[in-house]
Amino acid sequence: MSFEPLLITACSTISALGRGRQMAQAALLQERSGLRANDYDDGRLTTWIGRVDGLESVVLPDSLAPFDCRNNRLAALGLESDDFAARVATARQHYGAGRIGLFLGTSTSGIEATEQAYLQRADDNGPLPASFDYRHTHNTYSSADFTRRYLELAGPAQVISTACSSSAKVFATASRYIEAGWCDAAVVGGIDSLCLTTLLGFNALELVSSEPCCPWDKHRSGINIGEAAGFALLERAGGRAGVALLGYGESSDAYHMSTPHPQGEGALQAMQQALNHASVTPDQVDYINLHGTATPSNDQAEDQALARLFADVPCSSTKGWTGHTLGAAGITEAIFCALSIEQGFLPGSLNTQEIDPALATPVLRHTVQQPVRVAMSNSFGFGGSNCALVFGWCD
Amino acid sequence: MRVSVDSVGLMAPGMAGWDAARSVLRGEQTLDRQQLPTFRPNLLPPNERRRTTALIKLALQTAEDALQHNRYSMSELASVFASSEGDGEVVDRICQSLTLPERPVSPTHFHNSVHNAPAGYWAIASHSRQFSTSLAAGAYTFTAGLIEAATAATLQQQPVLLLCYDSALPPALAGRGYVDTSFATALLLSGQANAAALGSLRLELKAGSTRLPALSKELEQLREHNPAAASLPLLVALAKEEGTDLSLPYHDELAVQIGIDV
Repeated sequence: MSFEPLLITACSTISALGRGRQMAQAALLQERSGLRANDYDDGRLTTWIGRVDGLESVVLPDSLAPFDCRNNRLAALGLESDDFAARVATARQHYGAGRIGLFLGTSTSGIEATEQAYLQRADDNGPLPASFDYRHTHNTYSSADFTRRYLELAGPAQVISTACSSSAKVFATASRYIEAGWCDAAVVGGIDSLCLTTLLGFNALELVSSEPCCPWDKHRSGINIGEAAGFALLERAGGRAGVALLGYGESSDAYHMSTPHPQGEGALQAMQQALNHASVTPDQVDYINLHGTATPSNDQAEDQALARLFADVPCSSTKGWTGHTLGAAGITEAIFCALSIEQGFLPGSLNTQEIDPALATPVLRHTVQQPVRVAMSNSFGFGGSNCALVFGWCD
Repeated sequence: MRVSVDSVGLMAPGMAGWDAARSVLRGEQTLDRQQLPTFRPNLLPPNERRRTTALIKLALQTAEDALQHNRYSMSELASVFASSEGDGEVVDRICQSLTLPERPVSPTHFHNSVHNAPAGYWAIASHSRQFSTSLAAGAYTFTAGLIEAATAATLQQQPVLLLCYDSALPPALAGRGYVDTSFATALLLSGQANAAALGSLRLELKAGSTRLPALSKELEQLREHNPAAASLPLLVALAKEEGTDLSLPYHDELAVQIGIDV
């Protein structure tokens, strides 16, 4: 039986490009990057980041105060962007709170709260500050626990945490839950926020660039870390038209913890599965939003996988706009694909000057206006976790 | 939804392996909580094993325990890794390093800090390129993992290894999360009926809250300190080879009804 497309009936995005879809779309069309010289942590690390302004002054509703941390503040801003919470409230009336599932992706959850607690304690073996609430901030489930209460949902709720594929894989899990009848609709999304662990951890792996990141460039030298939140409401189409999830593919590299398979075997398997699942042939794909992190080995492996499956499909990485938003990259780029389809444009690869001649994929350097019916989004993470999603116009 | 339980793995205080644990679960032998299993998963080559943590070893050894008598090759298996806390030991080390002047975060600690690190090592050890996901749902992590794994096994028509595991949090974080003792279980699930299976599960979701199924006092103490031990009523039924109906909370407004047929 073929996969029944799931319509994206509401969605929101917040990233370094600003709050809401309109700001994201304007930046993508005007080729305006959200990256800035690092000013998090007093800019101690020389790099560029994709930072969301205003998180420091966000106040959560009183009843959810124990959840207060950078990650859940970012989630709250995302839920209020594009009227998302209000749209979910309408769906809740229609389906019932218990029939809407909630599947969120995050890589580091609210780890910044734990980092600050360790930095604040008086001595190395002393207790962490009493005010530090690990369970509601940093625990991996925190963002789903918070969002479920915020949206007053009562269906299945969980966090998927598979590093940088997290908020792509939520689409797959939500689809299975709807297909199995565990819920009638689903809120999917992802949130990851700036913290010392990812900045210094990726830096220790020598994967952070001191310059604005430039995917697919001959001189690419690593990632810029960004923060973002995004949400989408998935429903059966029921005769309505719009952008829909057409299929998904998930695979494992079974190769290395932090380096992709050099020929992109796992990535290829995920993309092939996604196309089969969507009943779409490679030549029907109009645009591919690359994982494209701008590390030498990631781009090279993704390029190898693409070359084995596609011929001349326009591709780009949007990491030059937002930075690599890690566990929020899947949802952020899924929404960029939805904008491409809805508005008819292909975003370019910002900051990419000289395309690496060793890479075969036709990467767009500039944004072009062009109709898009089918778009694919790639997300690959540490531990060799791969996910590819296919979106298209459904009428 | 109906799935077969082809085999089970278990690693917990006083229960080192499913074969040894069954008499404890049946109540024929008392649980000795002081007896902690030692972890030496053979799945990983020694050089990889050295780079791993107690949590990764716990997960992999539990997988090994479940797979010792199974009929599939490891590379065919899809997997669901369910853990409430992820790796507290690694978080503790990273956060301690942030307090030092040069903030020397270890690259190995960093890549081991991702929630799906055990799944990554499992894929390397098993050579499985199949679907794998890693999830968390706080106190309800076992229930969420069970539904995810059963759903994938049914819809994708392939055997799925569910691992649900957590290690005690390090002293600095003790008492602040959901886990204060180590416990891990593995269920190999398949969508097809199988004569050699330990039993099959009928799964349904039901709105509303539910009370935890009764357990012996000694098993209850394990359940209070580790979300993976929410599996114990199911494991007891499978160990006793007794059909029964259970209800496990998914959260405070949702429950999973499990009909166990053996």
